[in-house]
Amino acid sequence: MFDNLTLFVSTIAKGLLLTVEATLGGIVIATVLSVVAGLAMLSPSVVVRVVARTYVEIWRGTSEVVQLLWIYFVLPILTGFQLVPLWAGITVLGLNFGAYGAEIVRGAVQAVPREQYEGCVALSLSPAQRMRRVILPQAFADMIPPFNNLFIQLLKGSALLTIITVPEITYQAREVLLIRHTDQTVLIFVLVLLFYLALSIVITVGMRLLERKAAARLGRRPAERTAFFAKVGQGSGVA
Amino acid sequence: MNWSWDWNYAWSVLPSLGEGLVVTVEATVFGSLLAYVLGLVFALLRRSRFWLVRTIVWLFVEFVRSTPLLVQLFFLFFVLPDIGIRLSPLLTGVIGLGLHYATYTAEVYRAGIEGVPKGQWEAARALSLPRGRTWTAVILPQAIPRVLPALGNYTISMFKETPLLLTISVLDIVGAAYEVGSSSFRFVEPLTMAGILFLLLSYPSSLFVRWLERRFGIAH
Repeated sequence: MFDNLTLFVSTIAKGLLLTVEATLGGIVIATVLSVVAGLAMLSPSVVVRVVARTYVEIWRGTSEVVQLLWIYFVLPILTGFQLVPLWAGITVLGLNFGAYGAEIVRGAVQAVPREQYEGCVALSLSPAQRMRRVILPQAFADMIPPFNNLFIQLLKGSALLTIITVPEITYQAREVLLIRHTDQTVLIFVLVLLFYLALSIVITVGMRLLERKAAARLGRRPAERTAFFAKVGQGSGVA
Repeated sequence: MNWSWDWNYAWSVLPSLGEGLVVTVEATVFGSLLAYVLGLVFALLRRSRFWLVRTIVWLFVEFVRSTPLLVQLFFLFFVLPDIGIRLSPLLTGVIGLGLHYATYTAEVYRAGIEGVPKGQWEAARALSLPRGRTWTAVILPQAIPRVLPALGNYTISMFKETPLLLTISVLDIVGAAYEVGSSSFRFVEPLTMAGILFLLLSYPSSLFVRWLERRFGIAH
């Protein structure tokens, strides 16, 4: 049963780079959008708030599969502009998870104690200075654990790119291996799942480091240590 | 570019989307029920007296949560027939969704159970209630209402993930839209209508769950 193990691992690994690219690309776009939309939802201007809210609700309210198919099949017809599958995938991952992330940013900024705002006013800091020097550094530390979960969700979401024929890990298993080795389904898929597990552990380790750094910068102790896997797997608290 | 939205065509796809909607709702309802029940089983097994049981359940839950639902669906879809279990694609999908989300709801139940004050356990002991009665008459009736909003959130998440089932040939809303689109080579209307239908259903559900949270919720 394990005769083909090397072949399987190397074939799946061919998709690894694409999965990593899609995930990283998605993470970068999602992070930028989260901060922009999250802060926009707290803006004093009604128009800005409504625009940000609309983005968040539309991208959270429709399914990722719909978004993917829409960008891949509908957008080219409407605009005459066809995205490369990988870029279509990264765009959808970024926009979709950015909408969830925006709520995390908003929540974390709102959770900074009221007194901190009052302190800023007392010191007559400008609104920009207040955000940059006082509020965001504190909110940032609180955002890291939920963003860890979000990024793992995003990694798992990247498997969907199979549908629009991006040859990432899942595609390699399903379209390349499964067709030729129909009798070894279990081994093939268990290997794929282990690849994803390894990647989500990498994300968690990275976010852990960031969390310690952010806490240390604020002169706080890092958040209580939890069992390793308790972090790795934390699922979608998102809805 | 001379493309325009065709209302006649858009209306004509609605019946197919409606049929797909029924499938989506079925998958979500049965998937959630399975997730609610299995999640509770996992949560209780994680408090088992036997460390081996606790460890196995813990490893299983963490493994399933860290890996994509899509791959798990493929796994079930291709492996179950191999070991002689022949289920319809929809049923396979329900099992996949239910099992995947059970690993999330297990954590929700855990938080709910741990939120029941210690004094309640002590009182049950003082009354010498047997273990089973302690759970059914004291702990769970207090733990479960508080976790309902969190469970509701997972039902909405699941609703948004049911279109994954189209990869194992279940014709949900999106599957139906895709099929109509491929047979007429017009994707714009069916896929857009499917998206709007989704939004119309999921946004009010989120509002409802947020209301539940304000009413009964615990911080999750």
